[in-house]
Amino acid sequence: MRRSLGERLWATAVWTLVGFFILNLLAMIGSVVVNSFGTRWFNTWLPPSYTPGWYAMAWNEFGLPDILLVTVEVVGAVVLLSGLIGVPAAYALARRNFPGKPAVMLLFLLPLLVPPITYGIPLATVLYRAHLAGSMSGVILANLVPTVPFVILIMIPFVEQIDPRVEAAARVFGAGLGRLFVQVLVPLLTPGILAALLLVLVRTIAMFELTFLTAGPSSQTLVVALYYAVFAAGVRPGQSIDAMAVVYMVTTLVWLLIALRFVNPSQIVTRAKQ
Amino acid sequence: MTARLSLHRRLRERGLDGVTLLILPAVIAVVGLFVYPFLYGLVLSFQPKDGGWLANYQKFFSEPFLYNTIGITLWIAVPATLLNVVLSVPVALRVRKLRSQRLLTTILVIPITLGTVMVAEGLLTYLGPRGWLNRTLEFFALIDSPIRLIHNYWGVMLSLVITGFPFTFLLTLSYVTGIDPSLEQAGAMLGARARERFFRILLPLLAPGLAITLALAFVQAFTVFPSAILLGAPAGPTRVISIVAYQAAFEQYDYSLASAIAMLMAGVQVVIIVALLAARTLVFRGPASTGKG
Repeated sequence: MRRSLGERLWATAVWTLVGFFILNLLAMIGSVVVNSFGTRWFNTWLPPSYTPGWYAMAWNEFGLPDILLVTVEVVGAVVLLSGLIGVPAAYALARRNFPGKPAVMLLFLLPLLVPPITYGIPLATVLYRAHLAGSMSGVILANLVPTVPFVILIMIPFVEQIDPRVEAAARVFGAGLGRLFVQVLVPLLTPGILAALLLVLVRTIAMFELTFLTAGPSSQTLVVALYYAVFAAGVRPGQSIDAMAVVYMVTTLVWLLIALRFVNPSQIVTRAKQ
Repeated sequence: MTARLSLHRRLRERGLDGVTLLILPAVIAVVGLFVYPFLYGLVLSFQPKDGGWLANYQKFFSEPFLYNTIGITLWIAVPATLLNVVLSVPVALRVRKLRSQRLLTTILVIPITLGTVMVAEGLLTYLGPRGWLNRTLEFFALIDSPIRLIHNYWGVMLSLVITGFPFTFLLTLSYVTGIDPSLEQAGAMLGARARERFFRILLPLLAPGLAITLALAFVQAFTVFPSAILLGAPAGPTRVISIVAYQAAFEQYDYSLASAIAMLMAGVQVVIIVALLAARTLVFRGPASTGKG
């Protein structure tokens, strides 16, 4: 099938558009990285000289170690809890048909469709009334709202791939539900669990709205601290803010690359597909 | 004893046994942290600080400072959503023919992963008066003085394109790859040109997926929050509805008014989604009925 001139022009236009988008994206990331290493950067293409000093400043003066520790604790707890709650629920939903199942599925679909800021404000109100907001536990609870359904929806197809006769055999040999999970299901489901939890990890590091609405001064994660730094720009040098942005970027992208070994990039977006 | 046994058995026949109970922790978590707060917020929105039960909603719709935010948000969200979806379709149709899409999709998933706060900080540096974009435009003598792209409408718009386009593109790509290529080849063999094949074969098949993409992209753009503050002009042209809801709750401590605004946000989203999904069924019925007739 020979392509006409019009089709070739059209293809060129489309690829130019994609190239232009990627060029701007890389330039945006690049200017943050360059700025974070530059000494002073005014009317030139590149800074005249480079220094690692802004990272030392972000580390020593702006409490980066504490923020990173909080981030690790929050993200770790969210990943662990959403796995512990989500995987058994996915197993039950994949294996049993019961009255009201469509309603339960809708219940798990809604938190993925409704944007966090919409339910985050009433949720933060409830957590403040319960004296949970402003602390680490409030942040963790709020972050579970999208992650538990996310784990469930990713895990259901993985459970469905397992032959039920394997479980029946384990039951015949006297394995209870607990042993069935630990010795049969979890080993068989490892690829799915890894994929789901890594995606939860990336999403929780980057989850701004829910953490922002529920965090107190001592329970800010990296992305929320970055927001406050940008919001109060002028309080600290721009390069130091960009140093923090680079730390955030590296943290997120390293985990993204690890996650992409187990999932397809489009799966990150299409999780809520009906 | 026999009664208990038969109850047990009857439950089991309907699919309710020990395994089914494993969904309970997840159901409790979502009901307690999602459904209950939503209902709580709904009830709270009808218990204003002062005035009758509708006082919050009356206040919202009588003060231009508050009700204008719906128009401002739509004025940002609707063009951004349409632009992203309209650009996504030709790009996805082209990328579909690539043998290796992995590198491109990996690059495009980066802005989604970084999130709006990081993109806002990046754009502040990149689009600023001394940033690389203005410098390049001046170098090629396309402009005389730096154009203002941050702290106004355009900053928010561009941030919604940077994070929104990859989202709509990846979603559209997953729908496009679901279309059997032989349908288009059949059209080509029968002499349909590219334009005809697109409008008469691909677009009708893609319409249901596009409706969902539009709905999800719109809902995300409508709740734009950090970039409207950091990259926009939060006191004026980009004073979106989520900023007002946030300020009501965390600056004025009027949780009742904040809940009312959150409910109105949810209401607008529901209206748009229902309208799009209704349009989807209309489009979906069209080809089927002509085929039968």
